[in-house]
Amino acid sequence: METRSEPAPAIENESRDVLQPQPRRSSVNKNPESSRPSSAGSGASGRIPGGGSIVESDVREGGLFESISKGATFDTVVHEGVETANPALEIKRLQLWYGDTKALHEVSMPAPHGKVTALIGPSGCGKSTLLRCVNRMNDLIDGVRIEGDMLLNGDSIYATGVDVIELRKRIGMVFQKPNPFPMSIFENVVYSLRIDGVRDRTELEEVNERSLRNAGLWDEVKDRLDSSALALSGGQQQRLCIARAIAAEPEVLLLDEPCSALDPIATGRIEELIDDLKGEYSILMVTHNMQQASRASDYTAFMYLGRLVEYGPTDEIFLQPRLKETEDYVTGRFG
Amino acid sequence: MSTTAEAEPRTDVAPVAKRKSTRSRVRQRTSLASQGEPAVWLLGGSLIVSLVMIAGLLGIVFFQGFFTFWPDSLTSFELTDGRVLMGEVRASEDFEPDPTFLAGLPEADRARIDSELVSTEGTARRRLLRTGNFDLTGNHFNWVSDYEIATESEPEWAVIVERLTWGRFYGTPVAFRIDGESVATEPALVWAEFERHHDPSVERFDRRRELETEDIGVVNHRLERGRLDLRRVELQHGLDSAAWRSANEDFLRLEAEASAEFAQIQGEIAALNEENERYELVLSTSDGSEKSLFPAEIVRAFPANQLSITDKIGVYISRWIEFLVADPREANSEGGVFPAIFGTVVMTLLMTIVVVPFGVLSALYLREYAKQGLIVSAVRIAVNNLAGVPSIVFGVFGLGFFCYLVGGGIDELFFSAKLPNPTFGTGGVMWASLTLALLTLPVVIVATEESLSAVPNSMREGSYACGATKWQTIRRIVLPRAAPGIMTGAILAIARGAGEVAPLMLVGAVKLAPELPLDGVFPFVHAERSFMHLGFHIFDLGFQSQNSEAAKPMVYTTTLLLIAIIVALNLLAIWGRARLRRRFHGNSI
Repeated sequence: METRSEPAPAIENESRDVLQPQPRRSSVNKNPESSRPSSAGSGASGRIPGGGSIVESDVREGGLFESISKGATFDTVVHEGVETANPALEIKRLQLWYGDTKALHEVSMPAPHGKVTALIGPSGCGKSTLLRCVNRMNDLIDGVRIEGDMLLNGDSIYATGVDVIELRKRIGMVFQKPNPFPMSIFENVVYSLRIDGVRDRTELEEVNERSLRNAGLWDEVKDRLDSSALALSGGQQQRLCIARAIAAEPEVLLLDEPCSALDPIATGRIEELIDDLKGEYSILMVTHNMQQASRASDYTAFMYLGRLVEYGPTDEIFLQPRLKETEDYVTGRFG
Repeated sequence: MSTTAEAEPRTDVAPVAKRKSTRSRVRQRTSLASQGEPAVWLLGGSLIVSLVMIAGLLGIVFFQGFFTFWPDSLTSFELTDGRVLMGEVRASEDFEPDPTFLAGLPEADRARIDSELVSTEGTARRRLLRTGNFDLTGNHFNWVSDYEIATESEPEWAVIVERLTWGRFYGTPVAFRIDGESVATEPALVWAEFERHHDPSVERFDRRRELETEDIGVVNHRLERGRLDLRRVELQHGLDSAAWRSANEDFLRLEAEASAEFAQIQGEIAALNEENERYELVLSTSDGSEKSLFPAEIVRAFPANQLSITDKIGVYISRWIEFLVADPREANSEGGVFPAIFGTVVMTLLMTIVVVPFGVLSALYLREYAKQGLIVSAVRIAVNNLAGVPSIVFGVFGLGFFCYLVGGGIDELFFSAKLPNPTFGTGGVMWASLTLALLTLPVVIVATEESLSAVPNSMREGSYACGATKWQTIRRIVLPRAAPGIMTGAILAIARGAGEVAPLMLVGAVKLAPELPLDGVFPFVHAERSFMHLGFHIFDLGFQSQNSEAAKPMVYTTTLLLIAIIVALNLLAIWGRARLRRRFHGNSI
């Protein structure tokens, strides 16, 4: 997949042009094994404007991607348009290893309140891994080691003593493949209330209707709430999963490629739904579909090989990306 | 490929050569082996062989089993030596008569027989005649070769009498007596009299049996309990203590009451007997002797050669009903198998109740909680191999562990008054169920593990993402989703357990159980009682019966019944599984 359309010097020049005026950056590189010569000695280099370091050290040899694949570190390019005050979710220098393989390298980013943030990037770049870190789903996998932290509305997610079960109740998640539970539509929606021991029928029905209405599924299923959820079509199942996720009124909603298993019409409905839900919910969404990211999200983060490469308002990422690599990716020239 | 496609002009030498080579490869016929033709034949052949074997087995069982109760006609053979044999022809076969047999035949027929034997290459036909009348002749069956028969007929008034004891009786009615006086002598009239008095007699007989078994049983039970109470007091306070003396007085009073009740019941029984003995049906056998029978002791009698097809169907159905609901008699070779059906069903259900929860819980731990590794693999292999242990070994284990160790312990603790007679310390339906549960445990564990691992991980993740704990996920998502698979395991366990015989012989199945494991006497379920089992019944009929020729058809019928019961239990489980599937899998399955 690693195809470069331009020779290295061109990238260097263009990158420099794009990077030069950039005022601020997040994610400091403090890796002691850093091979980067230019930023040596400056502990706060991440906040120093200018992306010169990348250009000067690594890109020269063969582009940003190649330097990343060689293990070099670099700073995320963060656009000034990203809202940083009171983020719903703040990722702070998160690193993750699957056994000996490092899958996330010091990822830092805020996910603004009430907005849709899309994670894009080629397969295996760590988008889903990052998403699953938010509700600590990676805890279920053997051999995963995590450093760094995340803050959910100010509360640490990875501090010791955090109750993972309670944490997950504050975060809703929708998976790539619709995964309705083997029970009725009604029971699916109120699942998170059931496991909390809610028995009150009126409350359950209220939550059920509200969630299904919010998920745009109420009119289709209101007459057959007691039939099996597995009898629904794929798109309906995915909207049911969204209804299930928002039934618990989560603070953050995680969507892991919610449309990849759906046809275009069902995809369109889900996108409309995402549009309706934003504002009320803060959404973090992984997608492979550039158009979807550009249509549905407010902010877009481009990831590559476990690094967050560029993060900014969606319009800017798609129309005026500051890195040549981002432009290549969003325009489909690469990946 | 693209280069050949682009090379349009045929005049070009190189592309043509290339094309030639590809074309020759296309023309080559796909070899037989790579098409898989031999494999298909092999697969189809194996399937056919298996099907033929199964169908053949079931066919024999069905055919023989269904025709056991069809009423045969009675044939009378007048033999060349002057004897007359009458009975039902049960079998016919070719045999090679040996010289001593031929020497026994009359001189006059010798030449004819010899010439016939030459034409049939030394074989002759003989028929197996069920002659009955065991109390008079001392045998049930006779082989009759065609050479011995002078004449063959089907007498109009030959009747088949199925008696409570001594097996079947074949004869012709000659008189019906009431209080010793003949009221009829014409066969038709005798028969009418018999049919008039048969049902009331049977009712009286049933009443008598009820008195004997139930009423006397209740009194006996009370007496036995009194005796045990006394013994308990004796064990606690010692013989001749004050407490014992008062208990002894109680017991003596109880005994006196009981003997009064016994006397009353005996009187009733005697009256019923007396009434029943007033009536007598007199029949003459084929050899001319007469025998009088009490109608009360006749289960069923009919003039076999006069039956229309509806009568025959009636007899057939009534025999099936008797088979299904009555107790066995004549060392199990006649009568019904109800206690065996009951025992089989109760034992299988108990076994299922025990094995399914245990198997499911073990499989849950193995699959969901245990850290997969060497130890878990070892456990899994051990469980799988448990299925390969000969079932008799389980029987021996059950006898040693459940009956003697556990049962003996229970007896010591709770039934010490009854010792040395064991209560739980011997074979019983509970120990048999537990033994079979152990035997079928691997089936359930393996099936459950497989169905658990078939639950998609995405469902579990979805549940965790909703904030469910592991246990909530298992209880609400994994188990319901795996339920159909678990049911499959239960079905396999039922099929395996209900058909098992060998271990049962050691842990509680008996030839004839005096009481059912479930009755109206408190505490209603008597798990310590020995029981009858259809599988064991089959073994008993086939190999332990004195009258094995008569028992043989019953073997088939009982086998048929056992298969039917297993199929019924399986259908029940399959129906349950289908319901679960509809509930948890939508319309997709």
